[in-house]
Amino acid sequence: MLLDVGSLAVMGVTLGAVLGTAAKLLAVPNNPLEEELQALLPGSQCGQCGFVGCAQYAAALAKGDTPVTLCAPGGKATIEVLAKRLGVSADTDGHEEQAPQHAHIKEDLCIGCLRCVQECSTDAIVGANKQLHTIIVDQCHGCAKCFKVCPTEAIEMCTVPVTLSAWHWGKPRADQAHH
Amino acid sequence: MRLFPVRGGIHPDYRKERTSESAIVALPLPAALYIPLQQHIGAASEAVVAVGDVVKKGQIVARSGGVVSAASHAPTSGRVAAVTDFTAPHPSGLPQPTIVIEPDGRDEWAADLPPGIDDPFAADPKAIRDRVAASGIVGMGGAAFPSAVKLNLGTQHKLETLLINGAECEPYLTCDDRLMREFAAEVVDGARVMAHALGAPRVVVGIETNKPQAIEAMTRAAAAFPDVTVVGVPVQYPMGSERHLTQAITGRETPARKLTADLGVVVHNVATARAVHHAVRFGRPLVRRVVTVSGGAIARPANVEAPLGTLVSELVAFCGGFSQPPRRVVNGGPMMGQPLPSLEVPVVKGMSGILALTLDETDEKPSQPCIRCGSCVTICPCGLVPVEMAAFIRHDNLDGAAKSGVMDCVSCGSCSYICPSHIPLVHFFNYAKGALNAKDRERRHLDQIKALAESHALRVEKQAAAKKAAAAAAAAARAQAAAAPLTDDDKANA
Amino acid sequence: MTTAYNDRAGPFTHAPTSVSKTMFTVLAALTPATLFNLWMFGWPAIFLFLVTVGSCVALEFLCVRIAGGSPEGAIGDGSVLITGWLLAVSLPPWAPWWVGVVAAVFAVALAKHAFGGLGQNVFNPAMVGRVVVLVSFPVQMTAWVAPRPLFSAGAPGFVESLGTTFGRNVSLDSISAASPLGFVKTELARGIPVDQSIVNVPGLADLLLGFHPGSMGEASVPLVLAGGLYLMWKRIISWHIPVSLLGTLFLMGTLFHAVDPARYAGGLFHLITGASFLGAFFIATDYVTSPVSKQGQIVFGIGIGLLTWIIRTYAGYPEGMAFAVLLMNALTPILDQHFRPRVFGRTRKGQPLPVKGDQ
Repeated sequence: MLLDVGSLAVMGVTLGAVLGTAAKLLAVPNNPLEEELQALLPGSQCGQCGFVGCAQYAAALAKGDTPVTLCAPGGKATIEVLAKRLGVSADTDGHEEQAPQHAHIKEDLCIGCLRCVQECSTDAIVGANKQLHTIIVDQCHGCAKCFKVCPTEAIEMCTVPVTLSAWHWGKPRADQAHH
Repeated sequence: MRLFPVRGGIHPDYRKERTSESAIVALPLPAALYIPLQQHIGAASEAVVAVGDVVKKGQIVARSGGVVSAASHAPTSGRVAAVTDFTAPHPSGLPQPTIVIEPDGRDEWAADLPPGIDDPFAADPKAIRDRVAASGIVGMGGAAFPSAVKLNLGTQHKLETLLINGAECEPYLTCDDRLMREFAAEVVDGARVMAHALGAPRVVVGIETNKPQAIEAMTRAAAAFPDVTVVGVPVQYPMGSERHLTQAITGRETPARKLTADLGVVVHNVATARAVHHAVRFGRPLVRRVVTVSGGAIARPANVEAPLGTLVSELVAFCGGFSQPPRRVVNGGPMMGQPLPSLEVPVVKGMSGILALTLDETDEKPSQPCIRCGSCVTICPCGLVPVEMAAFIRHDNLDGAAKSGVMDCVSCGSCSYICPSHIPLVHFFNYAKGALNAKDRERRHLDQIKALAESHALRVEKQAAAKKAAAAAAAAARAQAAAAPLTDDDKANA
Repeated sequence: MTTAYNDRAGPFTHAPTSVSKTMFTVLAALTPATLFNLWMFGWPAIFLFLVTVGSCVALEFLCVRIAGGSPEGAIGDGSVLITGWLLAVSLPPWAPWWVGVVAAVFAVALAKHAFGGLGQNVFNPAMVGRVVVLVSFPVQMTAWVAPRPLFSAGAPGFVESLGTTFGRNVSLDSISAASPLGFVKTELARGIPVDQSIVNVPGLADLLLGFHPGSMGEASVPLVLAGGLYLMWKRIISWHIPVSLLGTLFLMGTLFHAVDPARYAGGLFHLITGASFLGAFFIATDYVTSPVSKQGQIVFGIGIGLLTWIIRTYAGYPEGMAFAVLLMNALTPILDQHFRPRVFGRTRKGQPLPVKGDQ
């Protein structure tokens, strides 16, 4: 009797110890899904999704309590990869693909206050105190954070113009191609 | 010379007889010339003249804007009337920066043109390439790739053959045919000069056998040069595709995502060869080109040598205008040409034809369901399955289309041409290729933004840490100062 | 006419091809053989033919109307005429009218329009129609008659024929005869070896011309062959499916016949009976339900030839072409996936060709 109880107890303790150690050793420090999702996001920390940055949006997505359609700079492509990864169906038809935008500073209104420069997460605005600020269009991703903080409304959001080299044929219309 | 078979292809109704017997005629100087800054693949050129400047014929008006770019020159003497946005000869109809020149009617060459190179074969190949670059020459078969860049291929590849493309497989077009018949010696000389610049030991001129006079003229012109061979190639659209012509001549297939230069072959168009001849022998930059003006709606079809920048409407008027309203006006051939947004667009370096086509000729019909007849699979010269790719694209599965090879499609149009259901297959593929490229560009842009955001975040963090450290140090110093009695040094510092 | 500028990419020229042109060329190729058949089997065959084709057209009209399409356009493309036509010639010529109607319902409504209409169906509609009535009404579907050419002595008159097709009291026994394949099979089941029973089927010339009991499509091999060659000449079909199909069938027949003549019929017998030619040139080559690549088509043809031989030889039915076609139809998507041309500049696996070397 004692032998049975003893051996079982020993086994229990040993296995428990093994499991406990394994849990410690093989522990996954972060939610891997969260990191994976974050890698799929643009990473520009623009905050247009309503979260502070991409990491926070990724965390919310991983929990599954937020739609995949919030990332504006990522566009349809990002929605699709997120939806695919999470195995949800995203209604991209309803999603209005907005044309890419960039900020533009009206020279006569800029007072050189540096607020937009501090706000920009991609260093796309150059300028010094009391000097006219300028947007580097290539580095701007149209998050409009500068637009919101400008005290003199000197910043406007413009649609990135379609150039000859970027233009391409659209999908054939329904009356041109049988469905 | 032994030729090799090429897969697929079609035999369209060529309709070349409408212009093949009309000798090249020169267009009288128009009232204004419009020189777009983007007439070629690559970076746009940069204007070096301003409104009011007086320019001479051949004077540079826009310099090359990058490694892959080309300069532009004044096609005649006159005055720069404007540097402004003007509709591009492009299906988008987008405006682009354009230099407008008002001719003074004297058509005077600039005095400071570079001298002709008397013996180009003794010259340094680099000098030839520089001359070609300075002359603003681009591929004149339609692709408009800067020729000097292509002549540089000899520096990185061991080249065996310069292939001169005289296939002219597009229906209607006869400008290359006429060039070869009327200026065979110039084409052959230009080709030999290019071969020298490339370091290629032999020149092969490939001409479709439906142009016997051109073959004969070129053979005669090349008779004196053992390094030049003129070959009649089968009449099989798209024989004029660079990769397919290379296969017909050498029997070798250019690997995907590689250049024909990797096989030791560089392909140039006959009109390009003639332009090189003019640039190297006489120092004359590219300021004119021959354009086939044809199609059922053109009153008097012709081959017209027009100054670059001439409006298409002037070209059409010169050919007697429209005999009936055209259904389409096309820049290039009917197979791969692009529809023009309007007639008020300029002639550019890569414009080989202006076709005003009637509805009878375009035969546009509403599309019907695919009956899976497999014709598109049989004739695809690239070995693709158009029916499958179109199905993917129709259902917005662009990645599926990419996997089944849409990026290997050369948009030759054979599948759309043959399709009994009139499905606009090439339109689907053009859309998919454009959308996939745009996606790629967007991804790269986002990557760049990501990197910028990361470095920004890092810097902000560092700055914050530095501030904190500084604040801590200052606090520590203050605490120390308060604790310790003042020394003489401190007093002195204070 | 207005000038359209840039709403559409090229090409701006087109081959003189269209769906209806293709379909009507096929019908033209079928016409001589069909006329010969109708003459040979007389008024009942003509009535059944009209009923079957008519039902198919009516059903097409109905289905397209329900789906919200343009019925005139759908009928105008000619595809439903081919379906009805092929279905009609695959039925016993003296079958009652309702067999044709039921077959038409399954062919057009179920096999074609339930799958989405023209170009979307997986299975050959005519063969679906035929197989459904074959398994549902085996008595009517195996009641073959010996040919009684129109206006010949013993041929039923117009009114009498109306009774055959539309009447209710047709004694099947009075007209029933076995088709050559069926005859050989039944005899074999009775223990009579093939090489003995086969001498009792009509001679080679009669088999070729179709002077034997069977469906209309089984008759007049030369005319069917001529129609098939015409389609090849017109480049509507290619040689790949017919040659691989008939070749396989012939090869299997000949090989096994050589091994055991008492058990297996010869290759030539397989070729000229059971509508093998009609199947090979007009049914297996149906665009919609056959593979698009040439390699796929060869495998498809071999598959049908093989399955036809197996079904004829070992299965319960004497005739196997319809089943074989449907079975291979099911494989078509897989064949399309697997057998595709090599992309220019790439290996079969899709990798770019190596730069050095000449392969």
